[in-house]
Amino acid sequence: MAELAARASTWWAIFQINFYEKLVYRGDFMLGTLMRFLPIVTQIFLWSAIFSARGNGNSAGEEIVGYTYYNIVAYYLLSTISRAFSSMPGLASGIALQIREGEIKKYLVQPLDLISFFFLNRLAHKLTYYIVAAVPFAIVFFLCRGYFDGWPPTQVLCAYFFSLVLSFMLGFFMEATIGMIGFWFLEVRSLLFVYMLFTFFLSGHMFPLDMLNELGGPWATIVKSLPLMYLAYFPAAVFLEKITGAELMWGLIVQVAWVVFFIVASRLAFHYGVKQYSAYGG
Amino acid sequence: MNDRPSYSRVFLMFLRNSLVRDLSFRSNFWIECVSSLSWVIMNLGFYMLIFSYTDSIGNNTGWGKWEFFVFLSTTLLVNSLVQMFFMPNIQEFSELIRTGKLDFALLKPIDTQFLISFAKVNWPSTANFLFGILLMSISLYQLTHRPSEPIALTVGMVAMFALFLVCGVAILYSLMIVLAASSIWLGRNTSLYDFWFYITSFSRYPMEIYNAGTLGLTLKMIFTFVIPILIVVNVPARILAQPMGVDSTDKWLLTAFMLVATALSLLFSRWVFKMSLKSYRSASS
Repeated sequence: MAELAARASTWWAIFQINFYEKLVYRGDFMLGTLMRFLPIVTQIFLWSAIFSARGNGNSAGEEIVGYTYYNIVAYYLLSTISRAFSSMPGLASGIALQIREGEIKKYLVQPLDLISFFFLNRLAHKLTYYIVAAVPFAIVFFLCRGYFDGWPPTQVLCAYFFSLVLSFMLGFFMEATIGMIGFWFLEVRSLLFVYMLFTFFLSGHMFPLDMLNELGGPWATIVKSLPLMYLAYFPAAVFLEKITGAELMWGLIVQVAWVVFFIVASRLAFHYGVKQYSAYGG
Repeated sequence: MNDRPSYSRVFLMFLRNSLVRDLSFRSNFWIECVSSLSWVIMNLGFYMLIFSYTDSIGNNTGWGKWEFFVFLSTTLLVNSLVQMFFMPNIQEFSELIRTGKLDFALLKPIDTQFLISFAKVNWPSTANFLFGILLMSISLYQLTHRPSEPIALTVGMVAMFALFLVCGVAILYSLMIVLAASSIWLGRNTSLYDFWFYITSFSRYPMEIYNAGTLGLTLKMIFTFVIPILIVVNVPARILAQPMGVDSTDKWLLTAFMLVATALSLLFSRWVFKMSLKSYRSASS
């Protein structure tokens, strides 16, 4: 019991330090968040042009794989939220750098678990992010409220929040696992670039993945069997009620399974990586 | 002894040194080529996907699939030139200011802006440039061999295209210099690259897509006349994909405007650069 309390107080300390550290740069934060929406402006115009070309000047009533023009814009806005949960800038490269420079040994000699420490850091970072970014997000969504058909039913909203939390965990453990590869290969930058590339296009950040359905061939099946689609596409599609009923249940189960898979994978990678580790640096 | 350095010889030396440096890490060189190419190919895939759902971007704008791919390859050519010559240098410039190492550049008997703009050349970007040429050739072949209203390509058009491509690069270069020079006043400009990315994202599509609504027209005006990034790709791409002759006079006006905008951007960036050097206080010991 006392051990548990001690651990909780360590965690609380880590969390608090991070929280206050992040709040120092809140102005920079807000500006950065607003800038995140700039590329969406061009996407809105691009899709408006595409839909108007399909409807010979009138985009009303036109649909692409079940998405109206309004759905598509809503989708882009929602995928920004998913990415705000699941993106982990600098996590994998940070872990790889700590391995290379030998800094990682402080987690081996101190009673501190590396994965939990990084996880708490990210949690604090994300919480601060949402608290400060809530203002710009609210402004943008209020301005764009016309693209939405109102709030979805409660159970859909619950499923949405659940999948967002899962997408945060998936993003974290997937990147942590990739960072641990640094135990075996000291330079993982090109590997990270490949991961970033695939995430950008195959998570659904660029387009609703349903667009692959009518393409023919195995593309849709391949992309939808990867864990990447849970980072952006899945939560957004749940909110827009494009995924419902049994499909939604299965989606959530698979998402949980991927999270568990990467928790185990990161633990294993750390366990075997440390045995491999030769503590470079001073 | 001749006091004036020969700029062309110095530039050739820069080219050679960078090539030697890039090729001494050969596998890294190839990895960089492959990774930047895969980014381009993924993007191409996205547009192919879009064109499986529509025939053109915008109603009656004339940006069909192959016209748009001419546009896309123009974007590629402009960006790869900027990345090849300026991107690494100008990021370095911000760092030089922060660390105080700009002193060494100021002491050299050569124009400082020339030195900090060209010192490094990023050779792996040639991969994207070559891919741009390939995509351009395929798209132009499709446009000149289509059954209805094929485009007749002339030497004049290609020459004009090359001229305006250089103008586009010059406009982007000026914008970069202005952004980077601002780090002299800000101390550090960490979001330089982010800002660059977000701002240039407006130039990546045909300007006709902004013809909808007040917001669109406002953006179009700002990015044509205040920060002229919208014409960077639009004007040269239009010369090849939608020959200027068949279009109305305002497109000729836009082309003429681009020459003026290029000159003004270069002059303005030169002025900002000189002003920023005056405010430079070395941070070195």
